[in-house]
Amino acid sequence: MKEEKKKNIQAPWADLKLSNEKLIKIYRDMLLIRRFEERAAQEYGKGKIGGFCHLYIGQEATGVGAIAPLREDDFIYTAYRDHGQAIARGMSSKGCMAELFGKVTGVSKGIGGSMHFYDLSKGFMGGWGIVGGHPPLAAGSAFATKYQGRDSVTICFMGEASTNQGVFHEILNMAMLWKLPIIFICENNGYGMGTAISRAMAGEHLFEKAAGYEMARGAVNGMDVIEMYREMSVAIERARKESLPTFLEARTYRFRGHSMSDPGQYRTKDEIDEYKKRDPIETFGSDLKQWNILSESAIEKLEEEIKAEVQEAVEFADASPQPSIDVLYDNVYA
Amino acid sequence: MAVLQIREAINQAIDEEMERDSGVFIMGEEVAQYNGAYKVTQGLWKKYGDKRVIDTPITEAGFAGIGIGAAMTGIGVRPIVEMMTWNFAILAFDQIINHAAKASYMSAGQFKVPIVFRGPNGPAHMLGAQHSQALESMMAHVPGLIVMTPSTPYDAKGMLKAAIRDDNPVIFMESEMMYGQKGEVPEGEYLIPIGKGDIKREGSDVTIIAWTKMVAVALKAAEELQKEGINAEVLDPRTLRPLDEALIIESVKKTNRCVIIEDSWPFASVGTEIAHRIHTIAFDYLDAPVEKINSADIPMPYAENLEHEALPNSEKVIAAVKKVLYR
Ligand SMILES: Cc1ncc(C[n+]2csc(CCOP(=O)(O)OP(=O)(O)O)c2C)c(N)n1
Ligand SMILES: [Mg+2]
Repeated sequence: MKEEKKKNIQAPWADLKLSNEKLIKIYRDMLLIRRFEERAAQEYGKGKIGGFCHLYIGQEATGVGAIAPLREDDFIYTAYRDHGQAIARGMSSKGCMAELFGKVTGVSKGIGGSMHFYDLSKGFMGGWGIVGGHPPLAAGSAFATKYQGRDSVTICFMGEASTNQGVFHEILNMAMLWKLPIIFICENNGYGMGTAISRAMAGEHLFEKAAGYEMARGAVNGMDVIEMYREMSVAIERARKESLPTFLEARTYRFRGHSMSDPGQYRTKDEIDEYKKRDPIETFGSDLKQWNILSESAIEKLEEEIKAEVQEAVEFADASPQPSIDVLYDNVYA
Repeated sequence: MAVLQIREAINQAIDEEMERDSGVFIMGEEVAQYNGAYKVTQGLWKKYGDKRVIDTPITEAGFAGIGIGAAMTGIGVRPIVEMMTWNFAILAFDQIINHAAKASYMSAGQFKVPIVFRGPNGPAHMLGAQHSQALESMMAHVPGLIVMTPSTPYDAKGMLKAAIRDDNPVIFMESEMMYGQKGEVPEGEYLIPIGKGDIKREGSDVTIIAWTKMVAVALKAAEELQKEGINAEVLDPRTLRPLDEALIIESVKKTNRCVIIEDSWPFASVGTEIAHRIHTIAFDYLDAPVEKINSADIPMPYAENLEHEALPNSEKVIAAVKKVLYR
């Protein structure tokens, strides 16, 4: 059966120029995010991590699929659910874990916390806590690169609930009016905190919000990392070559609560289980096995490697010092 | 007397006013089906249904404006708008400052805006810079707004009921860290009038002025100071605008010394205004310049040690008290 299938259909990524190394890297990134955050949840329970902590578990394919086709000189903006995208951008698990622990070795030196990861050197612009607050900044980044004649693009993740904020519409309008090289990736996980999208948004087709601005738009299966990669590649090309924006609705799901303190009574266990059957990591893993990119034992080896990496990150974070009190007033002004 | 948490006292106030007046409704993010992000509206949706307990999309400017417009029509509608936190209410400042605060004045009194904007204000614990802001001074800056900041379950209930019945826009600022704090609340109706402060502890040597979360810090400092023979008075203005100036001046005339604690930033704060008034009105009674303890003049850092350093605490208050006592 399996052999036959292989002969008859193409691999899902056949139309994309993706090397085996790249495919494995994509898988590894998703798995690392998952294991990193599972561990972060444990450390939160132990009181090692404070404040709000929003997990990306379930949504890994969206972030990894969107970031994998980017160039190093491109820019990324996101909201407070930012661990996954930071890791997908190659920020170290040590630096990310240390930030969660509020340590000076963290990606924002312990000043930012879970919601505010930054790494300018990697074009990772964060990490913002106000719903709907950062898309204007992302449009500003696209404005700046265009202004300077660079062909960098900016991608902007946002939750579906943020598209109900007024400023979202202001920015879509200007992005189109001024032909900004930006891709808005709206991660539609069905809920803004405890509110299902149907209770907060008029109309059914979220991506059609961009229609009013005649912007290129569409919905993508955000649980499918290859589909994300494919649609993003098209959008990136459009931004880079034609300096035109795109609005993508990535349909996804978060397996965990909104944050660590969410009892999650607004959705059923059945619903969650249904989505877990479409686990983006398992689905992609089995595709990779089917097409002999990764063997079962290779996957196990990856698991081991990642487990060790996460363990090391926790030990590093734990052993790192808190920021010195002397830095309290640093950087209020440049 | 019943012992209630602050969240329960606020809940009772809303519930009683909704029962009393069918024009009172509450709206905001997660207030209905989720029972409130901090469970302040627990049970209200079940009791009053969709019409009067309304979940909104995440659109602070939009639903603040809807509330203001509903209040202004003058047909008996009195909205309570819950802001999940005051950090997010910043998106609605245009509606609140440019619209709610000015409607009565610009219309030469034709419009009244009977609305309450309420929710938690100020730093909590390790929430980082965008979620740890005490914004009462910004609101108190604006003529046309009333600003109330309760510190006990008893006060919260009586003050909120007065706020709901008032015909002006009221900014009602609670504290996330205090929702679980307990205190006695009598059965039966009572109102605490807008603009009336309260002495939380009587003393003769120094007046410590504090509101919401800082009252507990002041009381703790006062207990410590008592051990050293210093008898501190703790004064809670409760309403910041209009300010109970008479109560403050009376207390300072008695103690001749004053320390103000706020967890907002120091620059141009409510405390600055209070200190100015004491210095101008009661100058001859002062034995030392008024001291002020604030949060550090920085966006709030996440790291636990830095956050701790940035916040006012009883040690800092004790040091300030000793300074005004020249000890
Ligand atoms: C302006 C503002 N209002 C409210 C909040 C509180 N809040 C944080 S996340 C959130 C839900 C956002 O949902 P969505 O945009 O769908 O993103 P998701 O959490 O699902 O990733 C809310 C209400 C906030 N951070 N900012
Ligand atoms: Mg969502």
